[in-house]
Amino acid sequence: MANKKWPEDWQDVTPGCIVFEPGSASQYHTGSWRAQRPIWDNTKCIKCGVCYIYCPEGCIIEREDGFFEANLDYCKGCGICAHECWPLAIKMVEEG
Amino acid sequence: MNTLQGYPVGLIGNFDLYAPKLVDREEYFTPGHRACQGCGEALAVRLMCKALGKDTVIVNATGCMEVISSLYPTTAWKLPWIHVAFPNAAAVASGVEAGLKALRRKERIPDRYVKTVAMGGDGGTMDIGIQALSGAMERGHDMIYVCFDNEAYMNTGIQRSSATPFGASTTTAPPGVASMGNKTWKKNLPEIMVAHNIPYVATACNSYPLDFMNKVQKARSIQGPAYIHCLSVCPTGWRSPSEACIKMGRLAVETGVFPLYEVEYGKYRMTVSMPEKLRPIQDYIKHQGRFRHLTPEQIKASQDRTNLEYKKLLSKIEHSKSWSEMSAE
Amino acid sequence: MGERKGMEIALAAAEAVALCKPDVVAAYPITPNTHIPEHLSDIVAEGRLDAEFICVESEHSALSACMGASGAGARVFTATSSQGLLYMAEVMSIASSMRLPIVMALGNRSLSGPLSIWNDHSDIMSQRDTGWLSLFAANGQEVIDMMIQSFKIAEDRNVMLPININLDGFQLTHVVEVMDFPLQEEVDAFLPVYKPYASLHPDHPCSMGTLGLPEIYAEATRAREAAVVDSKGTILKVWDEWDKRFGRRYEPVQSYKMKGAEIAMLTMGSMSDTAEEAIDALREKGVPIGLLKLVLWRPFPYEELKKAVKGVKSLIVMDRCVSFGGPGGPVASEIRSALYNEPGCPDITNYIFGLGGRDVAVEDFIKMIDKVRLADKKRPKEHYEFYGVRGE
Repeated sequence: MANKKWPEDWQDVTPGCIVFEPGSASQYHTGSWRAQRPIWDNTKCIKCGVCYIYCPEGCIIEREDGFFEANLDYCKGCGICAHECWPLAIKMVEEG
Repeated sequence: MNTLQGYPVGLIGNFDLYAPKLVDREEYFTPGHRACQGCGEALAVRLMCKALGKDTVIVNATGCMEVISSLYPTTAWKLPWIHVAFPNAAAVASGVEAGLKALRRKERIPDRYVKTVAMGGDGGTMDIGIQALSGAMERGHDMIYVCFDNEAYMNTGIQRSSATPFGASTTTAPPGVASMGNKTWKKNLPEIMVAHNIPYVATACNSYPLDFMNKVQKARSIQGPAYIHCLSVCPTGWRSPSEACIKMGRLAVETGVFPLYEVEYGKYRMTVSMPEKLRPIQDYIKHQGRFRHLTPEQIKASQDRTNLEYKKLLSKIEHSKSWSEMSAE
Repeated sequence: MGERKGMEIALAAAEAVALCKPDVVAAYPITPNTHIPEHLSDIVAEGRLDAEFICVESEHSALSACMGASGAGARVFTATSSQGLLYMAEVMSIASSMRLPIVMALGNRSLSGPLSIWNDHSDIMSQRDTGWLSLFAANGQEVIDMMIQSFKIAEDRNVMLPININLDGFQLTHVVEVMDFPLQEEVDAFLPVYKPYASLHPDHPCSMGTLGLPEIYAEATRAREAAVVDSKGTILKVWDEWDKRFGRRYEPVQSYKMKGAEIAMLTMGSMSDTAEEAIDALREKGVPIGLLKLVLWRPFPYEELKKAVKGVKSLIVMDRCVSFGGPGGPVASEIRSALYNEPGCPDITNYIFGLGGRDVAVEDFIKMIDKVRLADKKRPKEHYEFYGVRGE
């Protein structure tokens, strides 16, 4: 899901190709890359945050109730969170 | 399968289980970047930025992290960021540091300390970038240089660099009937940095996030040059499964292949407790496709050299003294 | 107005740069421009200039450090020649593409090999496609004036491009001349404090030096070309203001005794002053000849050149380097290309002369002009010819 808009006119290119919107990469949803997704079993989760710290995308977020989940817009399905989860609370399931 | 099984208890006890929840939640390196799935380097960069905080300027050499994060017209960076070319991250950072210093002195920017941090891969730091790095560190600029070492020129497709370990297969040093892969031992850049007499040199790994982040913060607090060499697992280039990224880093440390230490004003210190007996390197290399062609003799040669290098480090840790201690003697 | 002082031109260039109060100077020594960064570091050490002087370890790092400092919002300066310029060549194009207003003094020196520390234009000519603005100085006064003008031109919001000022190595850098130095107050009134378009600071984070996919590279390049071409407007404005403030007029193509000229010689750099004497001598003999000095090299001054050669039947273009295997020296190639479609385009003769510091005297100029003037066939047979080469 790329929402990238190329400038219509060369005159609209920012001088020096400088990008003035910090963090605008989040317009591109890398979630379309994945072949499997992480599923949390919150009966086993101890809310330690290890999955959060080890996610290379930084897309695992802590919910209001203290449990964690992956933002599927960006999750690439690498499986690190499932592999690192101490109480084995995360499972990778095939997409589609 | 998870990483809990098969670990000596001492190592688990060192990992502060709940500390991740205390870490700054701001993502200065946002999702949406185009790194491979399971990229240890992207993880390391994300952690580094959390440790640095917002008053930082990042200077990035050409490489994996630069191309995946800055596709015009988007950027994954929430920090001010500049990329110029491949060999000159340290030189550009020297300029940024001098510029910020002059502008702050002349009151043209707010009177606030902003840290300049240069980052590059093993190629942009140890090979093509070594001249600029040496110059910047020698001149004593108040900056941090972080080398993200994934042990080959990964961005251009896994070519051999001076950081490529003994025996690894790369596209320019492939194994075959007439070759065993990489014939040389990994260049010890942290030692070269120590020889520049800079206040702080450290090695780190993306698999030890809190150790790495502490080192980044320590480097940030130093008013002078600091160098951090971060081993960054590359599942793509190392031909290992993406989910085992963190495990690879841990094995690199536990086998003594990449010990985590710091050198503060000349004093060496191991920062992660190492087991009494190191794990055999076979445990480490058996998961990585880049080593699968090695014969038992070659593995033994590698093991012997690993042991030697580790002994050298232990000797330095035991006998080194800080500069102030030595001056006082 | 101003202070009249005599000194070596390289030192004068440094004094002029110091008047502009750069924030960061990063330079690596190379003969013959070494005196410029040396003297700047003297000025900083004497406390006369508050700047960070970075003793970089190579020219590549010199320009890289300037880029970093300029990115941070500082006014920067560097200087180099020949091999040093080639070493920073990778960063030359990047500096222009990133629209950073870096000012560079080039002590023109021939490129190796054989190794030569002496003067010709092969160094700058190898970098003409990099998107830098380029001026050529013919004497010490022009050097000082252009150094100060360059900061104003480069930092203008309508320009935002790096600029180089070319002064012949040894022929200018090591020559002592009497020059009029503007006073500090006059420079302060002319040149405001640098306010960057974008800068690296956490209060307003941005990303500079991004990756350009094929979907955008062409547009970015087109935009950069437009910036370089359009900068001429600002250059002319700045030169106008300079004339008003200091009484010295600069033009992209300067004419000397061009009234009624049927033959014209075109030179760049310090050779122009020598050529003027040749023109004087020939004019006394009644030869309808004049001199054109090309001052603005990039952006190329099409209109001014076309106007200057109106009525000229024979144009002698002087090149101080050769584009190996090419259709003539670089300057002649560009002039021919510029005048190709012009009705009444003059016959163009191209001399390649003064290579590697070879001295060229007034008599040599007269010889070269006479050869063209008195030739049987008007349209030159050769695309270019070498002058002053033994055996040629």
